[in-house]
Amino acid sequence: MMDAGRHPNITLLTYSEVTGVSGYVGNYKVTVKKHPRYVREDLCVGCLQCLEGCIFKTPRFPDEFNLGLNQRKPIYLPFAQATPQVPLIDPANCLQLKTGKCKRGCAEKCDRNAIDFEQKEEVQELKVGTIIVATGFKTVDPGKTPYYGYGKYPNVYTALEVERLVSATGPTGGEVVLRDGRKPESVGIIHCVGSRDEKTNRWCSRVCCMYSLKLAHLLKDHTGARVYNFYIDMRTPGKGYEEFYNRLLEEGVFFIRGRVAEVTDWAIKTEEEGKLVLRVEDTMIGQVRRIPVDMVVLSTGLEPQPDSAAVASLFGISRSPDGFFAEAHPKLRPVETNTDGVFLAGCAQGPRDVPDTVAHAGAAASMAIALLDKGEVTISPTIAQVDEKLCSACKTCLSICPYTAITFDAEANVAKINDALCRGCGTCVAACPAGAIQGRHFTDEQIHAQIEALLREPGKKSAEGVSA
Amino acid sequence: MSEKNFEPRIIGFLCNWCTYTAADTAGVSRMEQPANVDVIRVMCTGRIEPSFILKAFAEGADGVIVSGCHPPGDCHYTNGNFKTFRRMPLVEALLAQFGIEKGRFHWGWISGAEAPKWAQLARDFTEQVRSLGPLDWSRQLASKED
Repeated sequence: MMDAGRHPNITLLTYSEVTGVSGYVGNYKVTVKKHPRYVREDLCVGCLQCLEGCIFKTPRFPDEFNLGLNQRKPIYLPFAQATPQVPLIDPANCLQLKTGKCKRGCAEKCDRNAIDFEQKEEVQELKVGTIIVATGFKTVDPGKTPYYGYGKYPNVYTALEVERLVSATGPTGGEVVLRDGRKPESVGIIHCVGSRDEKTNRWCSRVCCMYSLKLAHLLKDHTGARVYNFYIDMRTPGKGYEEFYNRLLEEGVFFIRGRVAEVTDWAIKTEEEGKLVLRVEDTMIGQVRRIPVDMVVLSTGLEPQPDSAAVASLFGISRSPDGFFAEAHPKLRPVETNTDGVFLAGCAQGPRDVPDTVAHAGAAASMAIALLDKGEVTISPTIAQVDEKLCSACKTCLSICPYTAITFDAEANVAKINDALCRGCGTCVAACPAGAIQGRHFTDEQIHAQIEALLREPGKKSAEGVSA
Repeated sequence: MSEKNFEPRIIGFLCNWCTYTAADTAGVSRMEQPANVDVIRVMCTGRIEPSFILKAFAEGADGVIVSGCHPPGDCHYTNGNFKTFRRMPLVEALLAQFGIEKGRFHWGWISGAEAPKWAQLARDFTEQVRSLGPLDWSRQLASKED
């Protein structure tokens, strides 16, 4: 991340969002809205003195990066390795921004005058040739599986929360402690939460088996706890992955094959008191078991970002039925989209782990650069054309085109189709009331001829004199 | 052709990316389906003009199928299937005004992965049209002109 931030040919626009895209391959115009962070990036050196100056002497607001496991101040650095190393101010909680009445301790502490409470949203327009969409994924909301008690029992965690707990830069400095301060003596990891499930998401999220194994290893290493993995199938495809699984088997991590039915605090035996009990059918021995543990970890799956429909329409790309962005071909064109010049990288296209994401992103970057380097594009001949003599300037086609390939030439009073943008779907051809648009290779004449040929009486000669 | 050994003639307008692929897969996988359905490939169901359907009936088709990608997200061209979704009920109403039975026109969605569904549709629809008998709309039209 740091490398990308420092590279002379890379401009990073963080805390920004794309609000508009127009143009076509090689000539995209992208509108970017940069949110105010109230700290000037050009002046700040990342000394973080401002954090000490803040009127809030103790952090009181939930830290988003640590999933609310600890607190931050209204002025904060999102996380230790954040790029750029510039803090930002949360306008919903900053006294100065909320009420205008604050001693501005942060600004006083800053000897470079980088704090700027007057900063406004900036909108800029960028001219780019190619676009890579790498908007990532969201983990499944554990509220979708209420029978696992997330939010009801404090010691039920998501895997991402445990990931922060075991991290040296996390809220506890790498110490695994429960919400009441105890060290867990036994941990149950439930696989496939929100994956491979008719009730939530049907797909396999691909990464959960491996990260569950990693967490099992780290939890055992950090706490010495008894660790149980509850799985449907162990899916460990990848270099060195199966070996890691075998290593865990030797380490004495317990594996129970079966989907957990529920997590409950209802104890029916003395050893279950004060613990969370996982009810599960152990399909290897064909028995329903009750396993009491101190800590439950939900290995939540991956799903598309909640705004993936809006992002897809912004960039003119399509989505597969699961909601992830659709590649042009699952095997032969895995990083391209059906819009020329727009590429996909990483989990925005579908669940994948880090090595696969790095490979996917590398492919996307190479494709994007190769296209720019070539300087010209080859387009399909199957596109639509306007017969300017017939066009009645009704503009029906303008709104119907999914690729905004049609523009209206006010001077000539006709619709014009951009050859580079048109994908040849033919929607405008069907919609044109004047019959002025023809789709190459699928003209009305050609389709009518097909209908006539297919329905010709056997042995009968057609009007054109061609025998059937 | 006598009523007894009536073989319906059906035209299917299929989109290149979903139903055409499904029909292709059904063929390659040797799924059982009648030879009554003749397929015309279009890039997207959004290309299908109502006039194609009328033309097919006028040329002697006994039934017409229009099938494309599942809404909302399956369309290769983002939203061509939605245009079909809007147009086809109008075509249905139009056919009713022409006195063409409802069972002679089918429109719907079959994805590229649903080859068995296509084979089933081809079988069921052929039988449905067979039970309706020949349409012979061209002769009906000609007799009205006289």
